[in-house]
Amino acid sequence: MDLFEKRAMALALSLVLMFFGLIVYAAKGLQADLPTCLPNARLFKNGQMVEVGPNRYQVDAVAFMWSFDMGQGNTIKVPRGAVVDFYVTSRDVMHGYHIDKTLVNLMAIPGAVTYARAKFDEAGEYQIICHEYCGLGHQSMAGKVIVE
Amino acid sequence: MQTQAIPLKGATRFIILSELIIPFILLILGVLLGLYQVLARAGIIKSPDILGINYYQGLTLHGVINAVVFTTFFAVAFGNAIMLHQLRRPLKEGVQWASWVLMVGGTLMAAWAMLTGRATVLYTFYLPMVAHWTFYVGATLLLIGSILPYFLDWIPNTLAWRRENPNAKLPLAVLGNLINFTLWFLIILPLATTVLFQMLPLSLGLIQETNVLVSRTLFWFFGHALVYFWLLPSYIMLYTMLPKLAGGKLYSDPAARLAFLLFLLFSIPVGLHHQYTEGGLSSGWKLWHAFLTFMVALPSFITAFTVAASLEHAGRNNGAQGLFGWMSKLPYWNKEGDRWLFAYFISGLILFLFGGITGIVNASYNMNLVVHNTAWIVGHFHTTVGGLVTLSFLGMTLFLIAKLRGVEVKAKGLALAAPYLWMIGFVIFEIALSITGLQGAPRRSNLGISYLDPSQSHLYRGDWLFWSHIGAFGGMIAVIGFLAFTISLVGTLFAKPVRQPEVDFPIAEAVHEQPTPLVVNLRPWVTATLLLIVISYTYPLYESMTRGVLANAPGYRSEGNSLQPPQQPSEQTSLPK
Ligand code: HEM
Ligand SMILES: [Cu+2]
Ligand SMILES: [Cu+2]
Repeated sequence: MDLFEKRAMALALSLVLMFFGLIVYAAKGLQADLPTCLPNARLFKNGQMVEVGPNRYQVDAVAFMWSFDMGQGNTIKVPRGAVVDFYVTSRDVMHGYHIDKTLVNLMAIPGAVTYARAKFDEAGEYQIICHEYCGLGHQSMAGKVIVE
Repeated sequence: MQTQAIPLKGATRFIILSELIIPFILLILGVLLGLYQVLARAGIIKSPDILGINYYQGLTLHGVINAVVFTTFFAVAFGNAIMLHQLRRPLKEGVQWASWVLMVGGTLMAAWAMLTGRATVLYTFYLPMVAHWTFYVGATLLLIGSILPYFLDWIPNTLAWRRENPNAKLPLAVLGNLINFTLWFLIILPLATTVLFQMLPLSLGLIQETNVLVSRTLFWFFGHALVYFWLLPSYIMLYTMLPKLAGGKLYSDPAARLAFLLFLLFSIPVGLHHQYTEGGLSSGWKLWHAFLTFMVALPSFITAFTVAASLEHAGRNNGAQGLFGWMSKLPYWNKEGDRWLFAYFISGLILFLFGGITGIVNASYNMNLVVHNTAWIVGHFHTTVGGLVTLSFLGMTLFLIAKLRGVEVKAKGLALAAPYLWMIGFVIFEIALSITGLQGAPRRSNLGISYLDPSQSHLYRGDWLFWSHIGAFGGMIAVIGFLAFTISLVGTLFAKPVRQPEVDFPIAEAVHEQPTPLVVNLRPWVTATLLLIVISYTYPLYESMTRGVLANAPGYRSEGNSLQPPQQPSEQTSLPK
């Protein structure tokens, strides 16, 4: 292979390694990490929201055709600055759980639990959207986080 | 390397022709459904169905026809033609008929299930949605049919060619094609595992419950490399034909070989990048798959460089001066001979630029959280599979049909306008869907009857409206391009023959030919591929079973488009703490 080619390949390799390095930094340094396997998390059938500490909440969300059960229906209310742990599962088929304007973007899988944490610094309404096809009513499957 | 046309008559000619025409006829339906989707997603059509086809039933048809049936049929037809042309050995009629009957029969079975609402499960058919058994059996027959020529025609012909030409290099197109179907064979195995042991038994009622996570992991074990199975025929064309059409030579033959081998090595052990947002799989393994995903970007970078260098070589051959002068000396609009085909490749390449950049974003581990399952993803793959892949496949379909019928391409002006319209339309579509995706608009959703319906005030998202309309505009331009193509294709299909039917390809020579030892011996590459797969998939598969095998997930059958809950709803077991 000629010189130009070798240079192009070296450049491409450095570029992707740089991207990868930045990702690792964001994931481990800035803590923007992905959902992981929780071998000890229990499966649950019903949704709930509990206050686990000062302005800290745990939400167990059960997705089903075609809404979310988070204890008080498909809407939860938290104060500004709340840190919320979301545990998500499904009661029937696959669903999605995407909270607008946050990094909470999860799959709800029957038989598994997916987890993410979010901090709500701004007051307002955050739509929770099911973004995985789950039957004929899928397009209207939504919930809400109200931050006040 | 063979550059001469080879005459072709009889059954093989009929088989290759029909493997191009049958999926194209289906593609017309697929594209029209795409038009409905883009209008529904802009709130321009506010209806759960069109002409009796439900949105999600249509979306299933759109995905299956466009991304599975059209691509697979084409890959087989193109592979047959390439092997015939490059190795100069006949294909066995018995094998070809068996492959044809399986593929056509399988497609008809699956089509029946989809058209009758018994398989409204989208083209990814995720458990625990369960389709009618004919859907799974049909898909299986299609895949088996598609792999037969590889085992029974192409490998034996390559070995025979080797014996006759012990010192010659395997032609580049043959190498690319064999690598592509080796990949295809390897990934059909995990897919077949979940279809035969999970989906089909559920569908037949032999079992009631299943493990969803294992099925998803097996599915994406198949699913990412599937996109390279779509892409490699395009890359074969870019390496072996584009330089000749542009009026030059392939810049480097060993670089092309290296790219194909890197695809073999890296395109399978990356499936977890489709499961970034799923619990039940460790984030450490997701990071490993992310790393390998970046590695599989390397051969695409190599391709970008080699293709650009080949085009520069061609431009200078055509008399270009200066640093960038070559760009203006390429046959963008040339009706001479086969030059029109250039337009399909260059438009596809421009779209692929968008596809590559958005793809790197998708692959980027935590950045995926911003775009996962939003409209962004739809924008992305309409510039990859819907862009470079579709344009090069359509161009080559028209090209091969003309050669196999011994006619000139008809309405060449329309045939030339088509790829540019498609490209412009999909650039607009991609930008618009990227933006609505970043605004949070979900994919796989009939937005017209939900988020973009002002009467549903609790859902309504007026902020998505503007860019959704722009997306619909782009989609319409692409459909006009498709119409132009269809007119030219139909004209060519019914034109009077003026030559002998033949298989012919514009195969380019290379500037740099000298083989690098690295790319001559294939055995270490295959070994490394298998090893990397074992390393990358053993633990994730084990992990998805530790929880899942015990978990009850009953199936939900697709009947009349809706999902029927199980007859005896079973309690979900809670797992040991
Ligand atoms: C002008 C032509 C086309 C238009 C207007 C179009 C439009 C669309 C739209 C709007 C969606 C998203 C639907 C949703 O998520 O709710 C979609 C999905 C899709 N399209 Fe296309 N499309 C076209 C051509 C193609 C082609 C040529 C291919 C592939 C060869 C293709 C492959 C797909 C796939 C795989 C999906 C995903 C299906 C799913 O999520 O289950 N499309 N298309
Ligand atoms: Cu849904
Ligand atoms: Cu992928």
